[in-house]
Amino acid sequence: MPTLTIDGQEIEVEANTTVLQAAEELGIQIPRFCYHDRLSIAGNCRMCLVEMEGPPKPIASCAMPVGEGMVIHTNSEVAIKARKGAMEFLLINHPLDCPICDQGGECDLQDQAVAFGRGDSRYSEHKRAVKDKYLGPLIATSMTRCITCTRCIRFATEIAGVEELGATFRGEETEIGTYVEEALTSELSGNLVDVCPVGALTNQAYAFNARPWELRKTESIDVHDAVGCNIRIDCRGNEVLRVLPRLHEDVNEEWLGDRSRYAVDGLGLQRLDRPYVRVDGKLKPASWDAAFAAIKARMDGADGGRMAAIAGDMADVEAMLALKEMFTALGSPNLDCRQDGAKIGGKHRGGYIFNSSIAGIEDADAILLVGTNPRWEATLVNARIRKRWLRGGLAVGVIGGVMGSNDDLTYKYDYLGAGPATLTEIADGSHAFAKVLADAERPMIILGSGAVARDDGAAVLDLARRVAEQNGMISGDWNGFNILHRAASRVGGLDLGFLPGDDGRDVAGIVAGAGKGEIDLVWLLGADEIDMQALGQAFVVYQGHHGDAGAHRADVILPGAAYTEKDATWVNTEGRVQLGRRAAYPPGEAREDWSILRAFSAVLDQPLPYDSLAQLRQHMVEAVPSLGEVDEVGPGEMGAMGVAGDVSAAPFESPVADYYLANAICRASAVMADSSRLYLNGEEATGTDG
Amino acid sequence: MKRVPAPDDQQPDSFAFTAENAAKAEQIIAKYPPRRQASAVMPLLDLAQRQHKNWLPRAAMNTVAEMLDMPRIRVYEVATFYTMYNLAPVGEHFVQICTTTPCWLRGSDDVVSACKNKLGIDLGETTADGKFTVIEVECLGACVNAPMMQVNDDYFEDLTADSTAAVLDALARGDKPKVGPQGGRHTTEPSGGPTTLTDFMGDG
Repeated sequence: MPTLTIDGQEIEVEANTTVLQAAEELGIQIPRFCYHDRLSIAGNCRMCLVEMEGPPKPIASCAMPVGEGMVIHTNSEVAIKARKGAMEFLLINHPLDCPICDQGGECDLQDQAVAFGRGDSRYSEHKRAVKDKYLGPLIATSMTRCITCTRCIRFATEIAGVEELGATFRGEETEIGTYVEEALTSELSGNLVDVCPVGALTNQAYAFNARPWELRKTESIDVHDAVGCNIRIDCRGNEVLRVLPRLHEDVNEEWLGDRSRYAVDGLGLQRLDRPYVRVDGKLKPASWDAAFAAIKARMDGADGGRMAAIAGDMADVEAMLALKEMFTALGSPNLDCRQDGAKIGGKHRGGYIFNSSIAGIEDADAILLVGTNPRWEATLVNARIRKRWLRGGLAVGVIGGVMGSNDDLTYKYDYLGAGPATLTEIADGSHAFAKVLADAERPMIILGSGAVARDDGAAVLDLARRVAEQNGMISGDWNGFNILHRAASRVGGLDLGFLPGDDGRDVAGIVAGAGKGEIDLVWLLGADEIDMQALGQAFVVYQGHHGDAGAHRADVILPGAAYTEKDATWVNTEGRVQLGRRAAYPPGEAREDWSILRAFSAVLDQPLPYDSLAQLRQHMVEAVPSLGEVDEVGPGEMGAMGVAGDVSAAPFESPVADYYLANAICRASAVMADSSRLYLNGEEATGTDG
Repeated sequence: MKRVPAPDDQQPDSFAFTAENAAKAEQIIAKYPPRRQASAVMPLLDLAQRQHKNWLPRAAMNTVAEMLDMPRIRVYEVATFYTMYNLAPVGEHFVQICTTTPCWLRGSDDVVSACKNKLGIDLGETTADGKFTVIEVECLGACVNAPMMQVNDDYFEDLTADSTAAVLDALARGDKPKVGPQGGRHTTEPSGGPTTLTDFMGDG
C-alpha cells in the first residue's frame, strides 16, 4: 500500500489506485472531462493535469497510478497553468452557444470554463464544424460541441455492450458517431446524455423544454420494471419534464433504462382525470359521489365470494393493502396481484424474491437464466450480469426466453435448450451444464417471471428449487435462487399476501368466473394486462391512472395517481423496500389510490382503520414488519415451494414482447411509440425526431 | 484535406474477396495468435482496397469486420483514421504529390502546377475520364530524391515540371514510365556522381 502526499496531506491507498482517485479519497476534487469512475480510463482531455515533484512536466492524474513517496500538488501554479492551457485548447473548437444549448446550467465544460477559462479568446483561425449525427429517436446531437472525451464510446462499448459508437477520422476531423447513420440498439442509450460532459448529446424528448434551475427535483423510485431504480423526477409546475437516474450502488448504480427515462411524456397523455360511470353502454363523466354510489349499488347485499380484485403491475403497496383489507371485510377471498398468473407466492419469501440481491450477481461465477430475457425484463440486472461477465470467469447458461433477432444479451452465453426438458436434465445431473453449476463456487439461477406464469409454473418452480439445492446454490451466506420479476408491484403484493384466500380464485379463476357469470364484480387496481374481453358481464371497477385496456372495459372508472404523483412504498425484485415521493399532483380530480379506497370504504360503512398515510403505514408495518425495513435486503427464508409434477414440453418464452410498450404509461407515450416503431419494426421514427 | 466517404449511391451493395485474395487473407490472419485475429484488420483492408479499384467501399469494411469477428465500427475507425485507405473512388492513376518542406524547397510547386496544367484538375480532383486523381500528401520518405510523387505503388523522383508532364503523358498513353529518379542518377547517389571513396575505385 503506497503512501503519497497530496497538497500536503499524506494518504495511504491501495496499489493501482490513480492519483485522481487518491485525491478524491482526501476530498480533493480534480477537474476532469474524460475520466468517469465507471468507465475505462482514456486520459485524453488533459483537464486533470497536476504537478508532481520530480518529473519536469505535469501529469494526467486520472491515468497515473500512485507510487510510494509521490508528492502531488493539485493547485500549484504549474497545475493551474496546465489546466488553463488544456481548457483553452478545448474551447478552441467549442461553439459559444451556451444560451441555446440544452446542457446550459448543468454543463461540466461551462462550470470548469468559469474556473479555468480565459475571459477572451486568442484564437482567430477557422473553427471546426461537425455534422450532427443521428443516434435514434431518444438522443439529440450537436456534434460541433463535442470535445471528443470518448465517454460515450466507452459507455456504449463497456456498460451497454453495443459496440456501435466510435471515433472516426483523425486529428481535427475526428468525429464521434456510428459512421453509418443508424440508431443505437441499446435500452441504456439515454445514459449517454448523462455521461456526456458537454451539450453534444442531449435528451431529445426534453429538448428546449426547460433550464435546470427552473426544475423542482424530487427523489423517487422507478416502477417501469421490478428493479426499483432510484430516480430523480424533475418537474416544472405540475408537469414532469424528465426523469434522471440517482445513485444507488446496489440497485442501478447510476444508470437508467430508456423506458424509465423516456416514457414520461406518457404521464401527461391518456390520463383519467375524473370519475366515469358507464350509462347505457357509454362512459359518462361523473362525480366521485355518483361513481361511489354506482359501485355501492352493485355491492350492497352482494355475496363477497362473487366479487374479486386484481392488482396491476404498477400498484403501490399502500393501495394494495387498502384494497385487500376492504375486500377481506366484504368477505371476498378472490384477490390476486399476479396479473400474469405466475405460480409463486406463499409463506416462504425466498421462493419469490431475487435472493442473492442484484449486487450479488457480481459474486456469482455461474448463472443459469431460465425463461427470461433480462435485457428487456430488467435492463439493469442485465447490465450487472454484463459487468460481472467482463471481469471474466463467469459461465452463463440460458434456457428459453431469448428469441429470434432479440438474442443478444450483451454477453456470451451457452444456449442450453428451449424448454423445461433441459431444466429437468440439469436437475437430474445428466446435462453438461449441471457440472458447470456443481463446480462453481457461487452458482446462481435466475428464473424469469414468465417461466412460472404457465400452467406448469408450480412444477417449474419446484424443478428450479431442486436445481438450486442440488448444485450448492443455497449454502451458508449464499443464496443463488433468484426470481426475476418485471412488475414493480409484484413482490410488495406477495409480501402483503394479496393472494387468493381460502377457496379463493386466482387471476385465471377470476377471469374465467367473470366470463361464466360466477363473479359479478371485478375491481382492477391498475390492472391492464389481462384479457378484458373474457370478463363477460361482470361489473368492472377500474382504479388507475391511464385510459388503457382496463379503463375501456370498465363500468366505473376511479381516477388514481401515477407513480410520480404519490408518496408510496415499492418493493423491488430483491425484496428491497423503497419509498417513492410525490413530485407532482395527480391531474384533475384524480386522487392517491389509498385515499380513494379509504373514502369508498366509508361509503360502504366499513371504514378502513386509517385516516392518513402515516397511520396506514404504521398499520402496514404492523401487518407485515418487513415492509418497515426500508432499503434492506437479505436472502428470503426458503422452504417448500412449487409443486412437484410433470412439466410440459412447451418452450419458455419471454413475456415481454415489446420493451418500449410494456405498460400503460409507455403505451400512452409518443416517444415510446416512436422507439417501438423504429427498434421493433425497423421503421424510421416520425414526429418527435425533429 | 478532409476525406469524404463516397455517398450511398456510389457504394456497392456487396463485396467479396476473390478466391486468390481470400487465400491471401487466410494467410495474413494465420500470422496472428488465435483470438487476436483483429490484428489483421489493416492488411486485410489494404487487400480489399487493391482488389476494389484502389478504394475501400463500406461493403468491403463490413466484409473484413465479419471475417475478423470485429464490430463494424471498429473497422470503420481504422479505415477512416489512416489516410492511405481511400473512402471514395479514385482515378486509375492515383497521383500523390509530396509537398512537405524538403520537396517544397526542391520545387514541388512546379510538380503540382505541372499536374494541374497537364490534367486540367485541381488538387483533390479526378479527371473526367477517371484516369487520374491528384492529391497533395505529407512526406513520403524520399526526401533525398526530392521533389517526388507517388503514382499507385510507384515513386517518381527528382521531378521537374517537364519530367512530371512526361510521366503523366506516358501513363495516359498506357505506357509504363521508368520508376525512380527521373533526372538520370542511379537511386540515391549524389546528383553530381559518386564523391565518396572514389579514389579507391579501380585501384583495388
